Amino acid sequence: MKQLLSGNEAIARGVYEAGVKVCSAYPGTPSTEILESLPQYRDDLYCEWAPNEKVALEVAYGACMAGVRSFCAMKHVGLNVAADPLFTAVYNGVAGGMVIVTADDPSMHSSQNEQDNRYYALHAKTALIEPSDSQECKDFIRTAYEISERFDLPVIFRTTTRVSHSKSLVTFGERTETEPPPYHRNIAKNVTMPATAYKNRARLDTKLKELAKYSNECPLQSVEMRGSGIGVITASIAYQYAREVFPEDTSFLKLGLTWPLPMDLIRDFAARVEKLYVVEELDGFMEREIRAAGIECIGKQLVSELYEQDPQRLREELFGESPAVKEVGVKPAGRPPALCPGCPHRGFFYCVSRRRDLVVTGDIGCYTLGAAPPFYALDTGVCMGGGLSVGAGMARGFAARGEKKKILGVVGDSTFFHSGMTGALEIAYNNCDMVPVILDNHITAMTGHQENPGSGYTLQGEIADAVRIEDVLRAMGFKKILIVDPLDLEAMDQTIDDAFASDERAAIICRRPCVMIRRIPREKAICEVDREKCIGCGKCRTVGCPAVMLRDKKSVIDPVQCIGCTVCAQVCPVKAITRKGL
Amino acid sequence: MQKKSVLIVGVGGQGTILTAKILVNGLIREGYDVKMSEVHGMSQRGGSVSTQVHFGEKVWSPVTGKGAADVLLAFEKMEAVRYANMLRPDGIAIINDFAMPSATIAAGLEEYPEGCVEAMQASFRTCVVDAAAIARDLGDSRCMNVVLFGAMTKVLELDEIDWEQVIRETVPPKTAERNCEAFRAGRDAV
Repeated sequence: MKQLLSGNEAIARGVYEAGVKVCSAYPGTPSTEILESLPQYRDDLYCEWAPNEKVALEVAYGACMAGVRSFCAMKHVGLNVAADPLFTAVYNGVAGGMVIVTADDPSMHSSQNEQDNRYYALHAKTALIEPSDSQECKDFIRTAYEISERFDLPVIFRTTTRVSHSKSLVTFGERTETEPPPYHRNIAKNVTMPATAYKNRARLDTKLKELAKYSNECPLQSVEMRGSGIGVITASIAYQYAREVFPEDTSFLKLGLTWPLPMDLIRDFAARVEKLYVVEELDGFMEREIRAAGIECIGKQLVSELYEQDPQRLREELFGESPAVKEVGVKPAGRPPALCPGCPHRGFFYCVSRRRDLVVTGDIGCYTLGAAPPFYALDTGVCMGGGLSVGAGMARGFAARGEKKKILGVVGDSTFFHSGMTGALEIAYNNCDMVPVILDNHITAMTGHQENPGSGYTLQGEIADAVRIEDVLRAMGFKKILIVDPLDLEAMDQTIDDAFASDERAAIICRRPCVMIRRIPREKAICEVDREKCIGCGKCRTVGCPAVMLRDKKSVIDPVQCIGCTVCAQVCPVKAITRKGL
Repeated sequence: MQKKSVLIVGVGGQGTILTAKILVNGLIREGYDVKMSEVHGMSQRGGSVSTQVHFGEKVWSPVTGKGAADVLLAFEKMEAVRYANMLRPDGIAIINDFAMPSATIAAGLEEYPEGCVEAMQASFRTCVVDAAAIARDLGDSRCMNVVLFGAMTKVLELDEIDWEQVIRETVPPKTAERNCEAFRAGRDAV
C-alpha cells in the first residue's frame, strides 16, 4: 500500500511499525502532527501530551528503562527544555530502544530562532539520524531503534520543517514487536551520581567509538557513484535540493546517520571524485568535521548558513545562476497573521494597548500576536514560560534603577503548565512587584488545538481531571485571584486596575475558550454596523479584527468571518454596532 | 513527463490545503510521483499561506524557490502579486478576482493596492476567474476553492483524470455533489 504522508505522519507510522509502546511529546511546530497521528494505533501503544518537553523526554526515558521501546518528539527549542535529562540519559543508556525527534525550523516559519539541533548529538554524545523524505522518515525510525538498542544510547532523530511538513509517497510495512529484556535493578548503570557517572563517562566513550566505526557500514548511508568529476556529500532535505541542482553525472554520498560521521566512507568517497561539495542547510555541521579531517571541500563559502534553502537559491549560491523572475510593479500590503475574529486575547490586548502605564512581558503562543499591529502591546518575548520570569527580572531591574513600573507578565494556559508555573512561584515566593496574567483559553491553540492539563481531555481522547489554574496560583501564595472575561472590555480594564491596587498578592486569569474549539458550543451571532449611525471614526478598526473593514468611509463587518464577540461594538462611540443572534 | 510545479496561494482559512489535496489525490491515482509542501503554525491565523505541489515521473524537492513554478493559483488577488516572483516568466497565473483586506488594511495602517490583476496580466499569461461570484450563484460561497480548482485543471490540461470521482473521494460526502458542480462551473469559466 502506497500513501501520501507528511514526514510527521510517516514518523508516526514508523513508530507503530517499530513496535514502540510508549510515546510522549509537547506540541510544537513543526513536530506536532507526529503525536497527533499516533492515537489511531492506541490499541498497540500508549501516547500522550506531556506538560512540557522535559517531562516528555523523561517519560520516554523511564519507559525505555522499564524495557519497552519508547519515543518522544519536540520542536527544536523544545530540546533546550529537555536537554537536562538528555545529557545524562546518554551516559546511563537504555534498556528498550529510545528515539527522540527534534524538528528544526529553518527560516523560523513558526519559531523564535533557527538553532541547528545537530549539535545536540555532538554535544550530548549520541547518534544522529536524518531522513530526507517521508519514506525515510518511516524506514529510518526502525533502524534508529536498532541502533539505540545495539549501542545502548537514546538516539536523536532530526527533521526540518520541509521534511516534517512536505508530503511524499510511502510504502507501509507490518508492526513487529520485540520481547522486552527482563527488568532488574542496576544502580551502577541507571542511578546517576558522581561515582557511577565517572564510570559511565568512560563507557560512553567506548560506545561512541564503536558507533563511529559502525557509521561506515550503517545501512542508512548510501553511495551513488555516477561519475568521477563532481561528488556531493549531503543529508536531510538538502539531498533533495542537491539532486535537482547538480548535473546528472554527479556522484552522491547521501548520509542518514550524520553523527558520528562515517569518516572512512567520506575519505574514500572524496578520493574517488575530483571536486567535492558538502551541501547542508543551516550550519556547516558536517563540513567542519570533514575539513578538520584534512579533506578539501566546497560548502559554506558558497552556501549561506542563514535560513531555509531551496533548489533555486542553492543553484544561485553554488553556480551563480540566478533564476529569471518578473517583477509586477505592484506592492502588496502586509498580511501578517492576526488574532482570529472572536479571539479572547483581543479584549485583553485592546485594553493593554490603550494604557501607557504598563510594561508587558510576553510569551510563546497565539498571544505573541499582541506585539503585532494594531496593539504593539508587548515589551518582551523570549521563550516558553518567560512571560512570567522575565517579568520578574524586569521588576527587579526597574526597582534597582529606582523606577516604578507596573509590570504585567503574560502566559497562556498551556504555557503556564509547561513552564510558567515556576515563574509564578518565583513571583509569589520572592515577593516580586508585578502581576501575572494567565490567558486561559482552555487549549494549546497556536500549534493547532492540542489538549493540555487544563482542557480536561487527553491525547487518547479520555476525560481527565482538568487542573484549575486558580487553585495552583492560590497554593503558590497568590491571595487575590481576579478571574475576568477578557471580551468584557470594561471589566477587563477594571481588573488590571484592581490587581495593581491590591494590598494582597494578585494574579489575573482571563478566562474564555478559544473560538476554534469545536466541542464547545457557541451561540451563533454576528455584529452589524448601522450605516446611518456610523460616523466613520475608525475606532472599531483599532481592535485589529480581520472581520471589521472600511467601505466608502464607513465601517462594515464581514458576516462570514464575524462571530459576534462585540469587542468592536464596545469601542464604538456612537453605538452604531449591534449584535444579532442567528 | 517533465516535472511540473504548482503553487497555490491565499489567505489562511480559504481552503488552499483542501484544493491541493484534491489535486494530489488525482495525480497519485494517475501514477505520478508527487511531493507537496505546506506551511503550518503561526501563519495560519489569517496570514498569507502557500502550498506547493510538484509532480512528474520522479520528483526530488518538495519545494521550489523564485521563478520556478509553472502555475500560480491565487485565491486572492493581492496574494497573486505577493507570490508573482515565484512564477516562471513563461508560467501561467490563475487569479481569483477577489480581495480580502489584511489586518493591517482593516486597521487603516495600509491600503489595499490598486491594479493587482492588471499588473499580473501585463507580466504573465493569466486566467482571471470571479470564483466568489460563481460560488455565490451556486448557492455556497465556501465552494470558491473548488471553482478555482476546476479552472486550474482546464488550464493545466490534466484532462485524463476523472476529477469528479477524485473530488467525491476527497471532500466530506455531504458536500460532494455541490463541489462537483463547483468544479464544472470552474472549468466552464475558463
